[in-house]
Amino acid sequence: MTLQAYLTLAAMLFCIGLFGVMTRRNTIGILLGIELMLNAVNINLVAFARFRGDVAGMVFTVFTICITVAEVALGLALVILIYRIRRTAVADHLDLLRG
Amino acid sequence: MTLESIAFGGLAVVLLASALAVVLTRNLFHSVLYLALSLVATAGLFLSLDAEFLAAIQLLLYAGGVVTIVVFAIVVTERLVGDRITQTSRQLLAGFGIAGALLVAIIAVFRRAPLTIPRPPMSGDLTRTIGESVLTTYVLPFELLGVLFLVALVGALYFARPDD
Repeated sequence: MTLQAYLTLAAMLFCIGLFGVMTRRNTIGILLGIELMLNAVNINLVAFARFRGDVAGMVFTVFTICITVAEVALGLALVILIYRIRRTAVADHLDLLRG
Repeated sequence: MTLESIAFGGLAVVLLASALAVVLTRNLFHSVLYLALSLVATAGLFLSLDAEFLAAIQLLLYAGGVVTIVVFAIVVTERLVGDRITQTSRQLLAGFGIAGALLVAIIAVFRRAPLTIPRPPMSGDLTRTIGESVLTTYVLPFELLGVLFLVALVGALYFARPDD
């Protein structure tokens, strides 16, 4: 397959993830959208690394995957903490700072 | 049509369909299961790019770890059965417009600068090369990653502590 095919696929995946982030109300749903977007970026990194014959992109992907796992763990810890205090996981209800 | 393009097409269809299901399905739990499917399809794409090591950590960390954590969070914050787990979306049209516009813009950029790099032949063992460069050229970010995990661990423990 050509590099273009991988990049187009990743662009579609990224836009689907963006759509999810913008339209979901539930905080966990928003996090799932972010996961899709990060996944699209990983596909791009690996595709460029393979087609350029440079391993740096793949090393970068190892790092982004690890950082994503840490991000999800902390994000969900925050969601659970907010749920304990406010009894809701809906992003629109978290308007404590609204003026 | 070669076997490779058939495999790529199949993986692409599974990936895009499951990603759409993640953002469109009403049941949050089903959403996570579709996310797991799309992560497995991504691991398949990594395999098609000769990155076996990345496919393995994609399966272990993402499809194994992340999905487990998300399911756990759903169980804690929602009732697994009943109507609480359904989630609604808002501003579907605006979201569709912005995401579609971004997609059109990215594809327009691709069209202006067509990337016709031929795929170079495989040279040596990629897993070995990744391992060597992680422990030589990229050893500082690798160590920092350990610090990041420690911070994440302590932070998650701090958030999850029982009320006193």
